[in-house]
Amino acid sequence: MTQNAEHILDHSELFRGDDYQQMLANKKALFENPHDPAEVDRIREWSKTPEYREKNFAREALTVNPAKACQPLGAVFAAVGFERTLPFVHGSQGCVAYYRSHLSRHFKEPTSCVSSSMTEDAAVFGGLNNLTDGLANSYNMYKPKMIAVATTCMAEVIGDDLNAFIKTSKEKGSVPADYDVPFAHTPAFVGSHVTGYDNTLKGILEHFWDGKAGTAPKLQRKANNWINFIGGFDGYTVGNIREIKRIFELMGIGYTILADNSDVFDTPTDGEFRMYDGGTTLKDAANAVHAKATISMQQYCTEKTLPFIKGHDQEVVAFNHPLGVSATDDFLMTLSRITNKAIPNALERERGRLVDAMADSSAHVHGKKFAIYGDPDLCYGLAAFLLELGAEPTHVLSTNGSKAWEQKMQALFASSPFGKNCRAFPGKDLWHMRSLLFTEPVDFLIGNTYGKYLERDTGTPLIRIGFPIFDRHHHHRYPVWGYQGSMNVLVKILDKIFDEIDRKTSSVGKTDYSFDIIR
Amino acid sequence: MSRATTESVAEIKARNKQLIDEVLKVYPEKTAKRRAKHLSVHEAGKSDCGVKSNIKSIPGVMTIRGCAYAGSKGVVWGPIKDMIHISHGPVGCGQYSWGSRRNYYVGTTGIDTFVTLQFTSDFQEKDIVFGGDKKVTKLIDELQVLFPLNRGITIQSECPIGLIGDDIEAVSREKSKEYGGKTIVPVRCEGFRGVSQSLGHHIANDAVRDWIFDKSAPEASSKFEPTPYDVAIIGDYNIGGDAWSSRILLEEMGLRVIAQWSGDGSLAELEATPKAKLNILHCYRSMNYISRHMEEKFGIPWCEYNFFGPSKIAESLRKIASFFDDKIKQGAERVIAKYQPLVDAVTAKYRPRLDGKTVMLFVGGLRPRHVIGAYEDLGMDVVGTGYEFGHNDDYQRTAQHYVKDGTLIYDDVTGYEFERFVEKIRPDLVGSGIKEKYVFQKMGVPFRQMHSWDYSGPYHGYDGFAIFARDMDMAINSPIWGKTTAPWKDTPRPSLMAAE
Repeated sequence: MTQNAEHILDHSELFRGDDYQQMLANKKALFENPHDPAEVDRIREWSKTPEYREKNFAREALTVNPAKACQPLGAVFAAVGFERTLPFVHGSQGCVAYYRSHLSRHFKEPTSCVSSSMTEDAAVFGGLNNLTDGLANSYNMYKPKMIAVATTCMAEVIGDDLNAFIKTSKEKGSVPADYDVPFAHTPAFVGSHVTGYDNTLKGILEHFWDGKAGTAPKLQRKANNWINFIGGFDGYTVGNIREIKRIFELMGIGYTILADNSDVFDTPTDGEFRMYDGGTTLKDAANAVHAKATISMQQYCTEKTLPFIKGHDQEVVAFNHPLGVSATDDFLMTLSRITNKAIPNALERERGRLVDAMADSSAHVHGKKFAIYGDPDLCYGLAAFLLELGAEPTHVLSTNGSKAWEQKMQALFASSPFGKNCRAFPGKDLWHMRSLLFTEPVDFLIGNTYGKYLERDTGTPLIRIGFPIFDRHHHHRYPVWGYQGSMNVLVKILDKIFDEIDRKTSSVGKTDYSFDIIR
Repeated sequence: MSRATTESVAEIKARNKQLIDEVLKVYPEKTAKRRAKHLSVHEAGKSDCGVKSNIKSIPGVMTIRGCAYAGSKGVVWGPIKDMIHISHGPVGCGQYSWGSRRNYYVGTTGIDTFVTLQFTSDFQEKDIVFGGDKKVTKLIDELQVLFPLNRGITIQSECPIGLIGDDIEAVSREKSKEYGGKTIVPVRCEGFRGVSQSLGHHIANDAVRDWIFDKSAPEASSKFEPTPYDVAIIGDYNIGGDAWSSRILLEEMGLRVIAQWSGDGSLAELEATPKAKLNILHCYRSMNYISRHMEEKFGIPWCEYNFFGPSKIAESLRKIASFFDDKIKQGAERVIAKYQPLVDAVTAKYRPRLDGKTVMLFVGGLRPRHVIGAYEDLGMDVVGTGYEFGHNDDYQRTAQHYVKDGTLIYDDVTGYEFERFVEKIRPDLVGSGIKEKYVFQKMGVPFRQMHSWDYSGPYHGYDGFAIFARDMDMAINSPIWGKTTAPWKDTPRPSLMAAE
């Protein structure tokens, strides 16, 4: 059967045809040297056992399907959040192609970033010439207001010193002496993308606050009543930052969003390509030193940035991706306390609506078991919200989670009767999660797109919350923070729960009961 | 927009030359001099496209290129489905290339098939300081315990491996011995090597030669009896199922495909390829090396073919058949005749909607030239093209067999150049990659990803051509492109350049 011009089949259907199926069966039997199907089945079944789990958890060298990326990805994510800022990653060029692709696949947006394109000779002699030429080219071609430099692991292994290199590059005339070129060393073999976000943001603030690498006087802090806000590495940055701005405005708080990439990752299609859009102005970034306090929504994305800010005599407060009623309460009350601004009635009503929705629906979530994986703060926020809903976040796994994160998670579990049988897994990957789901099954899995392999293997329905989400569109446009954002998360969870009941009760003549119209 | 009737070739050439002069003005002098060599207007009758290629990208210009690791792990080795490919080094490279190339396969994923798993040694600082050989040694032991049905292992080097002096060859030899001659392949595809993905392809090809061909007999794992009609598909990565919609045609004409390199391929197929009577090569750029090697060492002839669009498919089927007897030659004619009604129906349906539309391409591998015929079969006109990592032999093939007089040529195009060219030429369609897609769509220019087929495909073969035609039509003729300007704005906004 060939294609029919009036009904052209996609790959998902085309290859199911008898001719293709026969072809593939012949290929396998004759040429692929396949294993005995019984042996494949035996190993597959064995891989579901506690014995396999034990061997799987005994791994020391091998990582399979990690839920983390490397530092420079976070560097690029943070850098594009500043006004007309071009991220410049010093090292091999393939890395930059990867970061741009990765972010564009998630946000369905262009991602602008350049590389210093280092090759063998730079590996031997260092990448100074690449940096010098690269800065000059970027500056002339793309007219950025600032170039934020980070590093790949290549530049780190050979020990290129960004501070000295940038200074020398400027002396050679690549960019004007007073041009802003903040930098951060972001080795891929330390931490993860959240570390790169942290280092880059700290590097940019340090540049503006502490005298631009010795080329300008340090800023003297003149305290005001403004609040700095840091979102952290966040796949929902577009929806979240807009929601946060709305909350600040409702409360009448003067604020600066640091690394505000909510516009550059959500530009309109109106005939114009905006390489840069929105972002924290450089002036605001500098003036942020005067703020009364800085709030980070993700503690583990700001482990270096917050102490740096604190060192400039500001109060700093870190949250763990607050989700749900109590975490949002805590967030708003902290804002209120710091700014002496009352929480307005409008937000109180939003709170009431979230509580209303949870009351309406909690019977469907209560007692359900969940596995969660993702960045450490997101895991914490989701787990806390599930506990509020009477659900059990049974397995909470974070490849880039630390021992300290584990302790914090265990303390959260201990704070709720629903956390009794829950456990945190720092430093583990999605192949570990596979064993957990087989040996201690749960009702639902929450994670990014890669969770679909776990869903297929283990039958655990996947609720897509996290980064990256490649195979569903536009969810990053909706917030998950604030009471309204929490409502979105609740609806995502409920939709999957109801879809699953329908899926399991949709065979006519067998499960006509339970296929309900009203729930 | 459609240029053919409105501008003479001379006018087009003059405009393109002027465009090149304009874009070069943005660069510092040294860079302008270097970039000028990569931009050209094709002159009919010339043996190549008049550009330099396969030269280092210039720092800071926003090249679209990737690296040697991407060429080896991402392109050549990654699709070999029953082997485990370790991304050896820090976590990122494996993460960003995890499952993103759509190399379709069938197998029990995670048990006897491993394409869409991300195996990495996830280097930490101590591995940089003390070296990674011990870690990868232990890692291989762990793979053998947890994934016992793997047929072999490759070690895909990321940047640090070559910089810290690891000896992955020694590790491979030692572990291979320990596991009874198991195929373990060290690949020196560190990302800083060479100027693009291209060197990674070459290194990966050489690794097959040195660590598969030189270490196993062709009979090692494939017990089939050879026939006079055995061929191997080389350089098809089965993106969206391309190799399958190609294989079916070869089998229909009476040939037997004994191996696919490397989409939906297996170690046994690689090992058995020296038994082929003919290697047929689709992506010349990434696999000409191993084809030449098999010609020299095993005497296997190879021929290039092109399965995009009915004109090139028919030409290629006949070319392939010319290596065989009348039975196969008749088979080729039979296949062409069988699919002619489909070709006619697809063309009748889509050509009227696409006739005269213009296309600008910027892709990798074989596509900057190979897809031109498919567009022309639909009445479309490719007015600009360039290679991400082509060499001069690619540009020779392009000049001699594909592009028209006056076509704008851009090698290793920079983001700035590509935007400016598209903005000025305003083609009806741009075909490039994920990094370019949204730039041009924002400008209101229809776009298709021509690496991943924009998550569609296959585009190879007759079945693929139907999908290709439908996809180009839905991109160009989507109603959304009429809505990019708000109706209350009386004049369309100019597409501002980023740099202005």
